[in-house]
Amino acid sequence: MQARGLVKRYGDREALRGVGLVAEAGELVAIIGPNGAGKTTLLSILAGILEPDGGEVGVDGGAVGWVPQQAALYRRLTVEENLLLFARLEGHDDPHASTEEMLELSGLGERRGEIVARLSGGNQQRINIAIGLLSRPLVLLLDEPSVGLDPRQRARLWEFVSGLAGGGTTVIFSTHDIQEAERYGQRLLVLADGESLFDGSAEALREAVRREAPEAADRDFETAFVAYLQHRGH
Amino acid sequence: MRWLLLKDLQILRRSPLQACLLVAYPVLIAVLVGFAISRGPEKPRVAFLNEVPAETRVSVGGRQLPAAGVDNRICARVECVHVEDRDEAVAEVESGDVLAALILPADLVDQINSLSTLTPGTPKVEVLVNQEDPVKAQLVDERISTLLAQANLAIARRIATEGGRYLDLIINGGRFQVVGQTIPILGLSASAQILEALGPALPPGPLRSSLAQVTDFTARARDNLDVAEPLIKRIAQPIAVEKEVVNGSAPPLEIFAIAVAATLTLAFVTVLLVAGSLALEREENAFPRLTRGLVSPAGLLGEKVLLGMAVGLVVTLLMLAGMQLFVPLQWDRFGLWLLAILGGGGALAAAGAALGAAAREVRAVSLLAFMVTLPVAFLSLIPSGAVGAGVFDVVEIVTAVFPFKPALEAMTAALDSAGPGIGGPLLHLAVLIAAYGLLARFALRRFAAV
Repeated sequence: MQARGLVKRYGDREALRGVGLVAEAGELVAIIGPNGAGKTTLLSILAGILEPDGGEVGVDGGAVGWVPQQAALYRRLTVEENLLLFARLEGHDDPHASTEEMLELSGLGERRGEIVARLSGGNQQRINIAIGLLSRPLVLLLDEPSVGLDPRQRARLWEFVSGLAGGGTTVIFSTHDIQEAERYGQRLLVLADGESLFDGSAEALREAVRREAPEAADRDFETAFVAYLQHRGH
Repeated sequence: MRWLLLKDLQILRRSPLQACLLVAYPVLIAVLVGFAISRGPEKPRVAFLNEVPAETRVSVGGRQLPAAGVDNRICARVECVHVEDRDEAVAEVESGDVLAALILPADLVDQINSLSTLTPGTPKVEVLVNQEDPVKAQLVDERISTLLAQANLAIARRIATEGGRYLDLIINGGRFQVVGQTIPILGLSASAQILEALGPALPPGPLRSSLAQVTDFTARARDNLDVAEPLIKRIAQPIAVEKEVVNGSAPPLEIFAIAVAATLTLAFVTVLLVAGSLALEREENAFPRLTRGLVSPAGLLGEKVLLGMAVGLVVTLLMLAGMQLFVPLQWDRFGLWLLAILGGGGALAAAGAALGAAAREVRAVSLLAFMVTLPVAFLSLIPSGAVGAGVFDVVEIVTAVFPFKPALEAMTAALDSAGPGIGGPLLHLAVLIAAYGLLARFALRRFAAV
């Protein structure tokens, strides 16, 4: 997936100012930054939900799957009914087979008949992601997928997502959890006030901190990240 | 679109309360309306004390009129609770057991009879009411006023009839019964003939001239009093009503009541369901996912309108089937029923979609749907002339903009074989479907925004 010079304005406010991104097949890219940095706006443009005011987005063949922050599924339907509905809407030749495949992939086969509203937040998020995968995307976009999940649920979620990336799916996710970004993101894109400040690995970011704010470089990654932002006036 | 429709029906099935309401509501409305229109209006309970002696009669010119059967006349119009005296009447009213008490005093007939004397009295009846409830008080006033107007009219008719009989006796002659004796009355016609015959027998002179004057008077009196007889009869009911319908034809009341109940059911079910269902797509965060290539916003709106039409059709037909228990309906007009329900349902569903897209949140949507539908339904039932011309013009505009009134007109036309055609209302509904569809589509542009 490639994006170049993306600009998005809400009235007088510029939410994105010339942001670019390149993600390779099977890569896990984390988009991080403070509130209002433009993370969700960037993901929404990459997903095709928002039209940018400038710049362009391209994908080398295949669909882009999108998983919104809030689980976008019908809570009064069962797990299976949700997957079957979206498989039908995606126009799959055999929606039942696709549903079975996603039930197995998400590990929720035994809970297929349960009403979604009765599932935990973590399991709802797994269905949310499974629905996003129904389009068999080359690129999967996740907007803060682990929000509201307990540590055990988060671990299971990232195990699932890492498995997808291992299978060749490009995964781009936004998060507020800096430790999570360091742990699972093979590359980090740092946004602040609509600008791209950094694009590289977690180690490269720590090296940048070492140069600019050496007192914070050897502390935890979140402290180092905050020092990096402060050094750039954010 | 069909998979979304299936999904919405599955969600509906998963909401037992909502599904039960959808079935129970039309059945309940059907039973209530059917019960109401299949029973006549209840007679109010009135305590009745008639102190007038049984043998007393209203008399005209010294002649007693036949018994008027006052007790029967009154008790045919109200449910009479006969009481023994005034205290009992007061107690009945105070206890609330009766709506009012009507007391005919002992001297009522004497007072009526005094009207034809040189010292006329004032005939009075006594009405005791409990004014604790203004609505009840007005009901009693209207009932008692009607009763008294009817009593006055009956007495006036009898007097006029007797007057006419006397006049006929004066003109044409006959026999008159008085104090047990029969007195022959010559009458003006015969008098004129006798006087005319006598004229030639008298010698010319002042006497013959005077007789000619008397003969002339008798003839004129006979001719002109003939005209007076119908005039006297008119006194009993001076104003006659000649009704001519110049605009519209009102359907029978029970058909109109069924049409109102059916349209109200259709309106609430359709508007609430469609508006709520659309807002639910946003609350479930599904709208962006759906409209990201899976279904177009217009397609989603179409699906919601179809959902509203389908559920509205089932619920309204269920209600009409319930009404059949009370009022026979013309099932041979079933095709027109379908047209009316689908046309009305379509326009109401489109309005619901516009409301849902504008309000966006399920709770706000439900509140808004009630706040819009209920007042518009009431406004649609206001007849011309009930309010000022300017206000009615505003009411007409408001009710033309919302689909309830044309839906009601279509339903009435479908149910009433003698009524106006269904084409006009259906065309109106088609215009509203297009207008609300566009509004909803426009409102969807900011639907997913926070």
